[in-house]
Amino acid sequence: MAQLVSLAEAIAETVHDGDSVALEGFTHLIPFAAGHEVLRQGRTDLELIRMTPDLLYDQMIGVGAARKLVFSYGGNPGVGSLHRFRDAIEHEWPRAIEIEEHSHAGMANRYVAGAAKLPFAVMRGYTGTDLVAHTRVKPITCPFTGEELTAVPALNPDVTIVHAQEADRQGNVQLWGIPGVQKEAVLAAGASVVTVERVVDTLEPRPGGVVIPGWVIDYVAEAPQGSRPSYALGITERDNDFYKEWDVISRDREQFSAWMDEHVLAELAA
Amino acid sequence: MSAEPATSGELQTIVAARSLAGKRSCFIGVGRPSTAALLARMVHNPELVLVYESGTIGAKPYHVPLSIGDGELAETADLVVSVPEMFNYWIGPGRVQVAFLGAAQVDRHANLNSTVIGDYDHPRTRLPGAGGAPEIATGCAEVVVIAPHGRRTFVEQLDFTTTRGDRTTLVITDLGVLEPVDGELTLTTLHPGVTVEQVREATAWELKCADNVVVSEAPTARELSALRELVSR
Repeated sequence: MAQLVSLAEAIAETVHDGDSVALEGFTHLIPFAAGHEVLRQGRTDLELIRMTPDLLYDQMIGVGAARKLVFSYGGNPGVGSLHRFRDAIEHEWPRAIEIEEHSHAGMANRYVAGAAKLPFAVMRGYTGTDLVAHTRVKPITCPFTGEELTAVPALNPDVTIVHAQEADRQGNVQLWGIPGVQKEAVLAAGASVVTVERVVDTLEPRPGGVVIPGWVIDYVAEAPQGSRPSYALGITERDNDFYKEWDVISRDREQFSAWMDEHVLAELAA
Repeated sequence: MSAEPATSGELQTIVAARSLAGKRSCFIGVGRPSTAALLARMVHNPELVLVYESGTIGAKPYHVPLSIGDGELAETADLVVSVPEMFNYWIGPGRVQVAFLGAAQVDRHANLNSTVIGDYDHPRTRLPGAGGAPEIATGCAEVVVIAPHGRRTFVEQLDFTTTRGDRTTLVITDLGVLEPVDGELTLTTLHPGVTVEQVREATAWELKCADNVVVSEAPTARELSALRELVSR
């Protein structure tokens, strides 16, 4: 049963140096506050897993918290490059980073297998692309039809962290809007943390709402505005201007480091 | 008052929008493809179902979205699905008819690179990566590639094959349109004012030309005013 705790406590209890950690949220409900707390607690050597690294992983990679990145699309959506992600891969700054990349369909199916506690998932894809030679997939023959398909290995992160709109006092969570792959990522993980915009007495059913019961979650922490500059549908708005500003902030190493010190890491000293 | 003539970028968007006339559904990313698909709904095909990778099916955005996750897409969609459902139930089985894709490199067989420029292990430029493109390009019946025409993009040899070109029906650039003929991209249409030599110069391989290369119809006043109104919202 989920424990309602502070964000700092939830992260301290679950995320350790060297862990594989998935912070999911597909273009929506990206758990920025939780990711920043991981950085403030100084966690390092992480294997960071996320379909779309987005600005959050650009920040986490840029401060050197990751030894490995597992992903499927590393861009600043609608804007261009993730400069810290590129600098790490192209120039090993601030440290060398190992990468394992998939397609979105591959990553999604890896989480599905992980949630089902199956060793792999089966899909059509990857064949005829150079991805096959650079990532972990294998051909597999359908035992019924003989069709050649692709197997992708299950993804079971040590810890999954997601953000949602609401939790009740028993730690049951509801998110709505673009649901991404959060439910699968939580069910695939060894431990899970859900940050929420607000804790309410009773969850009201929402159109398209995804409910994750408290008994499959380890920790729930209130983190209002916790997905900004991403957004929580119905509560906060996506800060498109910040996504554009990030292109400038992150382009230069010193400017990036100064920004992180001032806006993310400084709260530790405060 | 007569309007300013169309820029080559506007022309590319307008030609892309025309390709969606009579189509049922289209998978789109952000940028020019999204603008073209919204324009198609305004001018050619109000019933066109827009499908975004974020899981929003039947989205009807008023503004051109900056990101595929913009709230307006979820709020206006007929249904919003998870990522596994999007790829396993909708894209994979071919339920979406047309896909608009972009790429950093295109080869003569319409294979696409969106992964790296240079060597994979020591890339000169690390690009975002595959995203949904590989399975979109093998799931949708028709793939329309939208790319700027230049020798860095239209290359002899891809640095990395991210996405296969088997189902590509059109490559729409700011200079003209290429279509596969016997598996090889061939110049079939020039935008007004562009010459065959210009397109050949902007293509790194020896580009084949159709016997009768046509000139794309100039933008109508309605197309141009709708496009300009759309991007000014």
